[in-house]
Amino acid sequence: MSSTTKQSSLRREFVEIGTTFRDGDWKTRVSYLILGFGPILRGQLVKGIAYLACEVLFFVYLFRFGLQYLSKFNTLGTVETQKIHRKTVYGDNSFFILLFGILTIVIIAAFIFLWRLNIRENMIEQEKRKEGKALPTNKKAFSSLLDENFDKTLLALPCLGIFVFTVLPILFMICVAFTNYDKNHQSPTHLFTWVGLQNFQSLFSFGTTGFGSTFLKVLGWTLVWAFFATFLDYFLGLAVAMLINKKGIRFKKLWRTILVITIAVPQFVSLLYVSKMFASDGIINGTLLRWGWIKTAIPFWTNPTLAKITIILINIWIGIPYMMLIATGLLMNIPADLYESARIDGANPGQMFWYITLPYMLFVTGPFLLTQFTGNLNNFNVIYLLSGGGPQSVSMAGNAGSTDLLVTWLYKMTVNDTNYKMAAVIGIMVFAVTAIVSLVVYNMLPSVKDEEGFQ
Amino acid sequence: MADSKKTSSMSRNRKVGNFFSYLLLILISVIWLFPFFGLVMQSFRSYATEYGGMVDYIIPKHFSLDNYTFLFSGQTNYLRWYGNTVIIAFFTAILQTLIVLCVSYALSRMRFTGRTLLMRIWLILGMFPGFLTMICMYFLLKQFGLTQEGAVPGLILTYIASCGMGYYVCKGYFDTIPKALDEAARIDGANRFQIMNIMILPLSKPIIIYTALTAFMAPWCDYIFASYVAFGTDKSYNVAVAMTRWVNTNDYQGYFTRFCAGGVLVAIPVTILFMALQKYYVEGVTGGAVKG
Repeated sequence: MSSTTKQSSLRREFVEIGTTFRDGDWKTRVSYLILGFGPILRGQLVKGIAYLACEVLFFVYLFRFGLQYLSKFNTLGTVETQKIHRKTVYGDNSFFILLFGILTIVIIAAFIFLWRLNIRENMIEQEKRKEGKALPTNKKAFSSLLDENFDKTLLALPCLGIFVFTVLPILFMICVAFTNYDKNHQSPTHLFTWVGLQNFQSLFSFGTTGFGSTFLKVLGWTLVWAFFATFLDYFLGLAVAMLINKKGIRFKKLWRTILVITIAVPQFVSLLYVSKMFASDGIINGTLLRWGWIKTAIPFWTNPTLAKITIILINIWIGIPYMMLIATGLLMNIPADLYESARIDGANPGQMFWYITLPYMLFVTGPFLLTQFTGNLNNFNVIYLLSGGGPQSVSMAGNAGSTDLLVTWLYKMTVNDTNYKMAAVIGIMVFAVTAIVSLVVYNMLPSVKDEEGFQ
Repeated sequence: MADSKKTSSMSRNRKVGNFFSYLLLILISVIWLFPFFGLVMQSFRSYATEYGGMVDYIIPKHFSLDNYTFLFSGQTNYLRWYGNTVIIAFFTAILQTLIVLCVSYALSRMRFTGRTLLMRIWLILGMFPGFLTMICMYFLLKQFGLTQEGAVPGLILTYIASCGMGYYVCKGYFDTIPKALDEAARIDGANRFQIMNIMILPLSKPIIIYTALTAFMAPWCDYIFASYVAFGTDKSYNVAVAMTRWVNTNDYQGYFTRFCAGGVLVAIPVTILFMALQKYYVEGVTGGAVKG
């Protein structure tokens, strides 16, 4: 259904381009080649010159810069950098070719879009003329940027930033996942090239050299971690909030302030200190040894299982306060008469929690839980500052450690191994996991399924 | 008679219950504050008599300001790192707030073609791990001389370039301001720009403070981009990168108490700022959580 409407809307575009040309006057027709020609002759100087300037810039870019990269895009360069008589002769740079090739493709697409806008502009102007209406003055075109076109003014800069620093890099990295860009193929001295799905095959190959078993281990721990980090914090935070909210408890503000201190203090200070507290020569092991409670230091960071448990427990220290803050506000929103009528019906506090508080909280905080979960999937700071992903293990590929999440593994591959191709593949996997979890959970959320639930 | 007995037993129950609640709260407070107590104590440990390594006791045998004087002595670039971080945080806070306000206003108040498409694309982009973009970003920044020596402006650019995608909380707040206000102003002849400046922004003080506060605090903790962009140039590090190195290099034994002292100096202003603006933070976080 939607594909057919898409098709017909595309067809409508083409039909409109055709009929505009057929019915257009000569100004409109020339505008098909020289953008903004029609508007300039019709007195729409600002718009017309803007269109024309874009066209000029586009062709200058394309012929002076873009085409040389785009033409090599299918091979990513063939001329190796060589040393001839102690002189380095630079050949093709695959990095440039890939990056600027993508940029050129995007810019060509943008130009086609602009060309289409230009045609519509001509069509509208012509129709207005035919009906005898006056065209907006140049001054009005300017002032509309603060009024009906204010959205364009507001969004122009943010969109440009997002394009240059997010969209372009992500497109680049997605492409890198299909190349052999790694430490043996570093530009500018070496070339890299397209290898198809080879990197994905090595991610899912379970031989001695493949990444398969390591990937599954890391993915498994990432999911387990995200689950515990989200739900332990959620329920414990809720419990603490209820404890502080309880009737008869005094100094409520003091208790909250004490908890909130872990949000306020920059994590690199608090987490690094805590990580050293649990080190083999840290304060906790030291004290226990001195008291004679243990004979050898507890391997908090060197035993894989213990390291995982320690991280989850320490994360409670960081995570509870957020949930407590949120729950405190929400608990007060629960209609008091719900509890009143439950009490009259003889419900005990446990039942009231189970049948009123919890469903309400889950209903209201569903989206929050989802963002927490996806946030924890990518919780770089906690893992990296506490354990650095360790303990390292020889049985894992790509320098992965037992507590590495997919993202910390990705970071290590980028920074330590310069294994960009696998880093890109892992990045795509992180995206896939996040997207799948979000989609599945989002459709399960009570507030999505049943919007009227508690209203 | 029987009734009063029942209420007195209930109040005794409540008293016993509250006793345990207080006990639990005190226990929680101790656990929460213990690391900070240790951090502060260690920072005052005398370097001259007890060296700067890790020890198995909390209260130092000799208190001194050795570690603090070391930080200010100019033997390291600590003050430079601190300055870098303050500059980055300050400019990030201002520029990010401006951008987020612009984006939120446009998405909340105006209806234009491609609006939902834009929001959907940004949602999808947000699902990619942030530092997948690192390699490319580094290259782009390098072209403009914004790495290593120029890492401070480079990092500001890094933080604010894509911050428009984090519009959710702010837009959620704008959505709650009645549209009738806009319409009334339009009838009086105000344009969109005036409506935003004169009507919406003055009503949005809490969310502006929330956005600025979170933007200000993030650079203090950033390790990933800061270490990558400033790679190898000591002068351009922020506190997080520089001091993580103190703890993780092999001679952390000597630098541990210095790390603690530096950490305390970082934590104090940020914590005070946060506590002072806590009210707005809670408002923002709660609003954001409910609306998603």
